[in-house]
Amino acid sequence: MFRQSLDWTVEMTTIPSTAAAIADAVRSGALKATDVLEAHLARIAEREGEIHAFNLVTTDEARAAASRIDADVAAGRDPGLLAGVPIAIKDNMCTRGIATTCSSKILEGWRPPYDATVVQRLAAAGAVTIGKTNLDEFAMGSSTENSAFGVTYNPRDITRVSGGSSGGSAAAVAAGFSPISIGSDTGGSIRQPAALCGVVGVKPTYGTVSRYGLVAFASSLDQVGPFSTDVRDSALVLEAISGHDPMDSTSIPQGPLSLRGVLSQGVEGLRVGRITDMPGGADPDVTERLEAAFDALQAAGAIMVDVQMPSMKYGLTAYYLIAPAEASSNLARYDGVRFGMRVNAPDTNAMYSATRSAGFGDEVKRRIMLGTYALSAGYYDAYYGKALKVRRLISEDFDRAYTKADVLLTPTSPIVAFPVGAKSDDPLAMYLCDVYTIPTNLAGHPAMSVPFGTGAFGLPVGVQIMAPTLGEQTMFRVAASLERSMISSGGGR
Amino acid sequence: MSETASERISTEAVIKAARLSRLDLTPTEVARMTSQLAGMLEHFADIDALDLSAVEPMTRPYPLSNVFRQDVVVQGLDRDEVLAHAPAAEEGRFRVPPIVGLDG
Repeated sequence: MFRQSLDWTVEMTTIPSTAAAIADAVRSGALKATDVLEAHLARIAEREGEIHAFNLVTTDEARAAASRIDADVAAGRDPGLLAGVPIAIKDNMCTRGIATTCSSKILEGWRPPYDATVVQRLAAAGAVTIGKTNLDEFAMGSSTENSAFGVTYNPRDITRVSGGSSGGSAAAVAAGFSPISIGSDTGGSIRQPAALCGVVGVKPTYGTVSRYGLVAFASSLDQVGPFSTDVRDSALVLEAISGHDPMDSTSIPQGPLSLRGVLSQGVEGLRVGRITDMPGGADPDVTERLEAAFDALQAAGAIMVDVQMPSMKYGLTAYYLIAPAEASSNLARYDGVRFGMRVNAPDTNAMYSATRSAGFGDEVKRRIMLGTYALSAGYYDAYYGKALKVRRLISEDFDRAYTKADVLLTPTSPIVAFPVGAKSDDPLAMYLCDVYTIPTNLAGHPAMSVPFGTGAFGLPVGVQIMAPTLGEQTMFRVAASLERSMISSGGGR
Repeated sequence: MSETASERISTEAVIKAARLSRLDLTPTEVARMTSQLAGMLEHFADIDALDLSAVEPMTRPYPLSNVFRQDVVVQGLDRDEVLAHAPAAEEGRFRVPPIVGLDG
């Protein structure tokens, strides 16, 4: 049992642990948004010192927002689906007038002149932004150690990493600082920290959630999604933030996802795929939990099928050529001209180089260099061009697999949370953490991590559920079924 | 090819990529970067054996193209708010150092 109850009491009022229950209570007037917020701020005051989930806690703005919610309820207006629910936002999403750093020195002093669409939609649904969470600089990393503002520690064991790059958002939910949070996922940056911190994390279908105001890392891969303590809360958040946005030209022209209605449908007759040629390397304590997940779904009526993904093992190579190539282009805009810091020099070219050399950290420089090299004349065909073709092969593997299976199951991460510093000197070892999460980003498919018991050292293990394009409803049915089986087996969520 | 380089990437190629990336690297950083990038590229050699001649490159996951909006005026960003957080601004514009002529 790794998950203590997060319910607690403030001045005789019990604050529920889930966003759904908080919103219900606030909408009905049974609970004040301001009391909910103060309870969470107290939690932050208690443990943030040892966890460092946040780059910034926006106490004043949150108090003002919570008061407005209470005023709305008092006046008979419905504040929305997420009324009074505190939410933490990854610090690579723009918040108007509030520092947005991407955990990089290069954005020092910058305050965005607009809100990301996701931030606007959350506010419109009544959510209360409680702060901006730490990440690996520009979302490049798998441990939230590559931040200009320090490491985010895992609330389950503060000697270990929280995963990354959305480690701050995962840790905020795991520590009870907010019942829900928002991250971004380019190669596993929501799912892997969710697994390591023992919470739910979802990367929806590419194009489902607007990226307007998400600071771009790799534009053909980036997608925004939620963290939560249970499956229903992630469904709730996705319903609030998904749906077409004219400000994002990659946004799929369709309405919001509808997910909460399917959670009770069960998995009877659903075909759950096991990838028989899955790349190896997962620790035995992790694969043991994957087997337990297959057993649980079978017991719930699902049908197990074997599928092959012969190109999956090349995903890491394709990803670590494509993502840095796109990043090298996207990060060209940090030149000391329009936002953030500048290192002065006699001419513009010298100013660009001086600013970028002082402002970017080592991992960001490494990826820019790798991407620039992979795109440069003479190497384009050998690296970037080939990677795009391998991407097609992996996508075709998925297409074939999904003729036989409705969802595929893998571990989310090959290992449980590792000690801080264990992989800092070996970038390639860090990249291997993403072996199971990367393929869905390449294909643009939805995938989510659900906590499913514990492995070595009593640390959380996440099981990854993958589904085809816009297969979120089926994916959430499977997630809800796994969650029910954990609860009924007495293992908590 | 210098002695610190692998077959995959030379010191000279690293220096060139740094220039294209607008990054100033010290000689120590160049040496470390060369060895780290070489290690990665060795790992990425796993795709060299694949026959990809008949495979179309895939650049994006979801097929949307020619995404237009109505040709109507909408509110843009507030100029003063944008410039207020720029490193340097003057007369309603971004201010930068001279573009040519000072580095000989």
